[in-house]
Amino acid sequence: MRPLTDDETKTMFEKLSKYIGENIKLLVDRPDGTYCFRLHNDRVYYISEKILKLATNISRDKLVSVGTCFGKFTKTIKFRLHITALDFLAPYAKFKVWVKPGQEQSFLYGNHVLKSGLGRITENTNQYQGVVVYSMADVPLGFGVAAKSTQECRRVDPMSIVVFHQADIGEFIRCEDTLT
Amino acid sequence: MAACSIEGLLAKAEQDEAEKLKSITVQKELDLEFDIGNLVAYDKNRIDIRLFREQKKEDFLRSLARDNTQLLVNEIWKHPTERVEEVIVVKLPEPTTALPREKPPPKPRPPTKWEEFAKLKGIQKKKKTNLVWDDVAKEWKRRWGYKRVNDGTKEWLIEVPETADPNEDQFAKRNKAKKEKVAKNELHRLRNIARAQKIKVPGVGLTPTAQQSKTDLARAVNVAKSSTASAGKFQERLPKEKAPRNTGKKRKFQPVIGNFSNEKQRQLDLLKVMDSKKPRLDVNKAVNKQMREDDREESAAKFKKGGKKGRKGGNFSGKGKGGGGKGKGKGRAGGKGQGPPSGKKGAGKPGKR
Repeated sequence: MRPLTDDETKTMFEKLSKYIGENIKLLVDRPDGTYCFRLHNDRVYYISEKILKLATNISRDKLVSVGTCFGKFTKTIKFRLHITALDFLAPYAKFKVWVKPGQEQSFLYGNHVLKSGLGRITENTNQYQGVVVYSMADVPLGFGVAAKSTQECRRVDPMSIVVFHQADIGEFIRCEDTLT
Repeated sequence: MAACSIEGLLAKAEQDEAEKLKSITVQKELDLEFDIGNLVAYDKNRIDIRLFREQKKEDFLRSLARDNTQLLVNEIWKHPTERVEEVIVVKLPEPTTALPREKPPPKPRPPTKWEEFAKLKGIQKKKKTNLVWDDVAKEWKRRWGYKRVNDGTKEWLIEVPETADPNEDQFAKRNKAKKEKVAKNELHRLRNIARAQKIKVPGVGLTPTAQQSKTDLARAVNVAKSSTASAGKFQERLPKEKAPRNTGKKRKFQPVIGNFSNEKQRQLDLLKVMDSKKPRLDVNKAVNKQMREDDREESAAKFKKGGKKGRKGGNFSGKGKGGGGKGKGKGRAGGKGQGPPSGKKGAGKPGKR
């Protein structure tokens, strides 16, 4: 386990800022405790200082996971956000998409969101903006990337994709073994 | 007339035939020598100087070339042929002419230090077999190389000698000795090469190459600087020289539980830098905003038109339209956090009621 280097921190913050914008400051600097990011086996974990101190007592090969896994760095040092980060990103999300009840299940199975399933979308969403997907009952379902800006969403036909699927809470069951 | 012409034709045909045959066969005093491997023909016939001067020189030379080429081609077609992709090809024999060297022959390598010593002492090279019988493993093993007979590093039991420190790791000692021997051998080999090619090797430091880039020079400077008794700790730096970073291969990370406030501060600074780098005018945002304004104006204009019509018809329709218009306006203005009400989605194109 080690802290992130400057380059790695930059890559990760860039990815996070796509979804939550400037609210990363609230993750870094929290009033209710010191939380930090640590890298272990190419995965980035968000842990409180207390848990970190306890975790240093476990040897590297025996340590599976600490705190919350935000994502991992791939072999080419790109940062990939995992669904386990949803709890921390959902409250700070800048651009949100609400999905109709009929299409919820389709999204939870890993499909993209079509225009026919789109309930609401935040105004002035750009194209390829990172969005957090909610159900109509305001339950966060996962992450996505807006395939079309809000303007275009209005004019496009019902069968086209409006949000690309990135991660959904169905992965907790589907990808149980690779999530840590 | 006809008979005359027929005779004439026949005569002409005969003449043509003779010409053709003549064109294939060539008469020469001396036969040509051929080297078909190189597609060469040597013509040793004397040239008739008088003939050369009488005729036009161009024509003489051309006819000579034509004859010789004809003979060469005849000779080529005497060799066996084969068919390659619908083309008939002749298999050429080996060339017989010895061509001279393109580059000068290589100079003999100067003898190495050992070779000089052996010559001096009269030591002969003894030919050794590659394989040696190993009684322990009951098989033939190599004398040197992979899975060799006397591999000191692969011993599973090493007796600690009386004089040695009991806490010393004998296995590690052997491995280290092996590495040193290999390094020494490599050094001697490179020195021999340098001596052979008359390259000057400095006693210490990096060898200069022909074209040195900035990184090469920087590295040489760093190596020179750290080659002191204190590993470069007390060497002064030039006024504007920066400290070398990442000179070693090992990466250095911050400690796991370092100073948390420092870490937080660094991350916040990084965020600030990232924010400042973002452009102030987001083009997409501006375009979208403009599009929204246009849509709003368009719908407002339509509403006005619709409103006028509604007033003519009846009150309630106007009210409905007014309500719808107001709702739309609200949806537009407060569009930062929440999206427009879902009824809007169902409406489809803006302005349509």
